[in-house]
Formats: sequence, structure tokens, C-alpha cells
Amino acid sequence: MLKKFLLSVCALTILVSASLQTPVRKIPAADIKTLDGKSFNTSKISNNGKPIIISFWATWCKPCKKELDAIADEYADWKKETGVKLIAISIDDSKSSAKVPAEVKAKGWEYEVYLDVNQDFKRAMNVNNVPYTCIVNGKGEIVWQHNSYNEGDEDKLYEAVKKIAKGQKVEHK
Amino acid sequence: MRNKKLTPLLLVSSSLLCFQTFSQDLISPPDTTVTTGTTVVAAPSGPEIHGNFQTDAQYYNPDSAIGAPAVPEKMLMNGFANINYTYGNFSAGIRYESYLNALQGFDSRYKGTGIPYRYANYKLDELEVTIGNYYEQFGSGLIFRSYEERGLGYDNAMDGFRIKYKPYRGIYFKGFVGKQRSYFSQGPGIVRGFDGEMNIMETFFDSVKKTQVIIGGSFVSKYQSDQDPVYVLPENVGSYAGRLNIIHGGFNFGGEYAYKINDPSADNNYIYKNGEALFITSSYATKGFSIAVNAVRTDNMSYRSDRTANISNLLINYIPSISKPHTYGLMAFYPYASQPTGQVSLASEVQYKFQKGSPIGGKYGMEILLNVSGANALDTIQFQPVLDSAREGYSSNYFGVGERKYFRDVNIEITKKFNKKLKATMVLASQLYNKSVIQKPGYPIVLSKIGVLDVTYKIRPDKAIRIEVQGLLTTIDDSELDSLTKTEPHQDASDWGYVLAEYSHGEHWFVAALDQYNFGNDETYESIHYPTITVGYVKSATRITLSYGKQRSGIFCVGGVCRTVPASNGIALSITSSF
Repeated sequence: MLKKFLLSVCALTILVSASLQTPVRKIPAADIKTLDGKSFNTSKISNNGKPIIISFWATWCKPCKKELDAIADEYADWKKETGVKLIAISIDDSKSSAKVPAEVKAKGWEYEVYLDVNQDFKRAMNVNNVPYTCIVNGKGEIVWQHNSYNEGDEDKLYEAVKKIAKGQKVEHK
Repeated sequence: MRNKKLTPLLLVSSSLLCFQTFSQDLISPPDTTVTTGTTVVAAPSGPEIHGNFQTDAQYYNPDSAIGAPAVPEKMLMNGFANINYTYGNFSAGIRYESYLNALQGFDSRYKGTGIPYRYANYKLDELEVTIGNYYEQFGSGLIFRSYEERGLGYDNAMDGFRIKYKPYRGIYFKGFVGKQRSYFSQGPGIVRGFDGEMNIMETFFDSVKKTQVIIGGSFVSKYQSDQDPVYVLPENVGSYAGRLNIIHGGFNFGGEYAYKINDPSADNNYIYKNGEALFITSSYATKGFSIAVNAVRTDNMSYRSDRTANISNLLINYIPSISKPHTYGLMAFYPYASQPTGQVSLASEVQYKFQKGSPIGGKYGMEILLNVSGANALDTIQFQPVLDSAREGYSSNYFGVGERKYFRDVNIEITKKFNKKLKATMVLASQLYNKSVIQKPGYPIVLSKIGVLDVTYKIRPDKAIRIEVQGLLTTIDDSELDSLTKTEPHQDASDWGYVLAEYSHGEHWFVAALDQYNFGNDETYESIHYPTITVGYVKSATRITLSYGKQRSGIFCVGGVCRTVPASNGIALSITSSF
């Protein structure tokens, strides 16, 4: 009888504790490289309190490139209106990571691009597949995320960025 | 509940959770204030628990017309879940995996359930220590790369210790020791290694320089005891690698050379020859234009922590393959797989963007990508076994290229946006695929011509339909084969067609209908359709897809590492999410 009671108390405690956890996530620490070959730790990602978009992509991922090309057309406006910064993390391994600097330059993307050659940052962020995009608010918390890319997703992304720039809450879309 | 272990476990876990939830206000967490040049971002980090999981289940109907085998379990399922705990500078986690039983096309030695991955990690500014399982890479991976590719079922995680140390600005050291994962156990060999890298400009100069020079060197050694009754096998096999990277404006040059001492194994038929690998990358880019040339030469560089291991098991290193990874189904029908035992390969890519407003570019611009890649055998002289007392096996001419062709791929890709609603991509390719070398002996060389047209039409800003039409024409070249060993499987002897229609609705839904059509070879084989319908739902970090239909047998590759998937007929469900 006592055993059953104890077990139910434990089960209840676990459930209550789990639901009370604030699901806030800070950017985890991992070592990545700039396109210049410099080592960079992700815990140092910041944007003066303005929102940051982190997008995982690869040169072999067509929907990822479609998404980043679509955003590239609007990026200048987005930066002016909200101060947002887009950080593109390439998960290409050494087979294709050498092509990343050339491809980014030729496309004319103005994002901050980093190389995550052994997928350490992707693993720390618990990303399953690319494309994966998330928004970090001024306090360094990941407050919005989305995987896959359908046409028009960049508009939904920007609506969320605008709300976060104003300090409003957004639904995890 | 009869399980005596469950009660204390529940008590411990519930008290830990309680403590964690309510202690956030009581304990001041470690201050991880980060100071950049202009900003102070105070990030007092409380404890966090996050994770991700994926499960794939498939129900198989036997179908002799397409060569889909009968599956005794009827339903097969792969699944894994990662759970990670972080608190300030400390992190720990586990991964649970289940194969009940493993899906077709995955190594059937993955069987049952278990926790093959668990670790604890502590990071200070200059030092980071990991105990338990970890992944790591030295340089491009030519002598050491431990990584996971869940889609391939590839995982050579290390189990031991790993230390990273940054003594000064721009200087990095890494050291490790461990055993490699082998299914739910470990391989017999012990692997240990050390790597140092210096970013010369960052170390010696305060200001940011236009030219970057990075040098690095590594040493890796494996130990496996010699139980062989015939040969005296080296128990310790060491390998060395040196690398250099120079970046100046739009120029980017990288080179890595690796050398391995004698390493007789099942892969090289137990010869005592040393091994070498060279990987060179170079590119130049400005806005709107880029050109890249890459080369790989490998000679006897298969490096495993068990001499008898095969396929993708217990590999210590990673030899990148430089062919273009195609995403269109028929383009990727015959993908090149890296040949660590011996290959010379060269790839070149030119990218040009016609700017908006230019005559050819039109209102929105146009992109052209031209890619040429190829691989040949090494130029070798085989030694007669009778005369080869040192059992070296062969010698290779370093700057020579063997006559035997392994792979060719010449392709051009053009992407153009016509107006706000319509954009299209067209790809044309000509390929050569030496199936005997890349898969297994007895097959012919396959020559293919492939065309793809991919059109996207936006019905509304967030509703689009995409249509893909592809064609593959093949010819067989069996000149290399002995007439006695000729095999011409259905797949290679006939042409293929591919039509896909995909409708995406908002940010959450998509539906796709696909038909792959084997035209058949009128005399011997019938033509066969492989229709599939897929429905997908995406929200936040969750993705659920359900497919029904027939799948042709094929090869699925990531990074030059491939797995073959047999034909199947049935329903497949995939769920991924993270929290």
C-alpha cells in the first residue's frame, strides 16, 4: 500500500516538474569555423540585443538554398527594419565544405556563414534534418523554430522576426 | 510493480527533477557573461534538458515483379532518441537506439535495443574534456574522422577520452584515446591520436589580415593484437597528416597529405605496402562568379580498427569523394563511392550568375552551374606473388593515372525565375559508372544520359505546386568483362522515366505523387511502374511523413558513403522531432 502511494507521488512529481520546466533554450556551445578558417565558438553568437536567425543548410540541400536565396532578396529590408542578423551554418563535410566560400560569394549572400564540418553544432542544437531555421531573441533564447521549406515560408519567418524584435511573444511555428 | 530496481530509480529521478525545478531560484547559476568588443551579453544559464528523436517504420508486401523480397517480420522499425542535459559549462547525455528489426537496406547486424552513446563534457575557456562517447575529426578526415550519418546507418563513435586545449590565440590542440563503436558493442582495436593547428595570422598579429594561413598536423595510431597464424601482422599502425590552408580575398587553397605505415587487412588482401592520400581544394570567387578545382588521390588508405571488418564498419578515417552529390533521383541513380584502396580523381565546378536586369538574366537573374568530375584507377604495377617476398602487392606511379575509368560526370544546371509565380531548373548530365569497381565485380560499365526539368508555380504566396520530369537513357559497356562473368540486371539494361508532382500548402502541409517508370527491354524485361504517394506535416521542429507505394532498389549516399536499398512495396512512416 505504502509502496503504491510512494510510486504515485513520484510519478506525479515527475509530471509536475516536467511541465513546470520553462522550455527556454540558450544557444549551446560548439566549435565551428568561419569561411576564413578561424575557429569560432557558438556561445559567442550575439547581435546587440536584436534578433538573430540561425539557419542550417548544405550545398547539397536544394530547399535550404531556395530558402536562403528567397531571404537574400529581402535581407537588406529586414536588416533595416528590425536589425536582424542571419547566421547560416553549413553542415557540409569535407567532401563539399571547400565549395562553400566560393558558392556563397558567387551567390552574393550577405549572411554570416560558418562551417560545421563534423556537425558538432547541429548535434548540440538537436537538429534532425536540414533545412532547419530558428530565431533567437535579444536575450539569447531560441523562441521560434521551423524545419523543411515550402514556398512562402520566408514571409512567416519575417512575421515572427518582427514580433520578436518588438519584444512580443511568438508561437513556436 | 514487481521490479525492485524501479522504485529507487523513480525516487531518485523525481527528487532530482524537483530539485532542479525549484532550485533555479535558490542557487545562483554560473555566470557565463560573454564580453565581445562592443556588447556584454549576460547569459546566466540555468539547467536545460533537450533532445531529438526519429523513428522510421515500414510495412513490406512481397512483390516478385519488382524484386521486393518477403520480409518475415512484415513490419521493420528503426528509432533513436537523444537526451542532453546542460548546466553552465557541464553537459551530459545519452542516446537510445532501437532496431526491431532494422529496416531493409540497413546493416542487419544492428539488432535489438540499447544505449550505445553516453557522455559527459566539461568546458572551461581553454580546456574541454569529454569522457564516454564523442565524435571528432582531424583536418579533412584523411587519417581520422569519427562521425554519424543516421540516414545511412553510419556511426563510428569513439568511446574513451577526448581533450581539446587552446593555450593561446589561434593555437588549438586535440588529443583522444578510445575504442570505436561496432553495432551495440565495440571493435577490438584501440585508437589514439593527437592534432595541432595554428592560425598564423591570428596568433602573431593583433589586427585582422586580408590573408589567412592555417597549418595543421596530426598523428593517429591504432593497436590490434596479432592472432594470425600465417602472417606477422603489425600490431601498431600509425598514420601522419599535414595540412595547409591559404585564403586571400576571393582565393581559397587547401591541401592535406596523409601517410600510413604498413597495414595488412582484408581490404587490401593483407599486403604490407604503406598508404598515402592527398586532398587538394582550390577556388576563386567574386560576386556572380566562382570556379573551383578539387583533387583526391588515395593509395591503400583503408584504415580500420579491426583488420577483418568490412563495408562501413570500424573505419577510422574518411576519404572524401569529389563527385557532385545530386539530389534529383535519376541524377543520383549511379552515385560514385570513394575508393580508399586506390583512386585518382579530379573535379571542377564553374558557377555564373547572370545579374538581374542583364539581357540573359532577365528581371530576376539566372544561374548556371557547370560541373565536371571523374575518377580513374591508379597507375600501378602488380607484383608477381612468387617474386614479392616482402608482400608489397604493387607499386604505384605517383603522378600517373591508370587507364581504367571508374567514374565520369559532366553536368550543367540552369536555374531561372521567370516572374513572381514561376521558376524552373534544368539539368543535363552525361555519366559513366564502373559498376564492377564501385559495387561488386561481374557488372558492366553503365553509360547514362540524364535530363531533368523542375518547375515551381506559386498559386498563392504560400501555396505552390512543383513538377519534376526526369529521363535516364542507359547503354551498357561490357568490354571489361569476361563473357563468363557477364550480368545484366534489369535496372541497368533499360531506360527510366520519372514524374513528380508536389503540392505545398502553407507552412505545414505537403502532398507528393511520384511515378518512376522502367521502360523495360522489350525482349527480356517488361516495363514496370513504381508509383508512390507521400503526405507530410511539418510544425516547428516536428516532421511527419507517410508514404505508400512501390520503391525501386537504389543507392542512397551521403558524402561518398553509400548504402543500397532493395526494392519495396508497402507503407512507410517517419516521425522526427526535437525538444
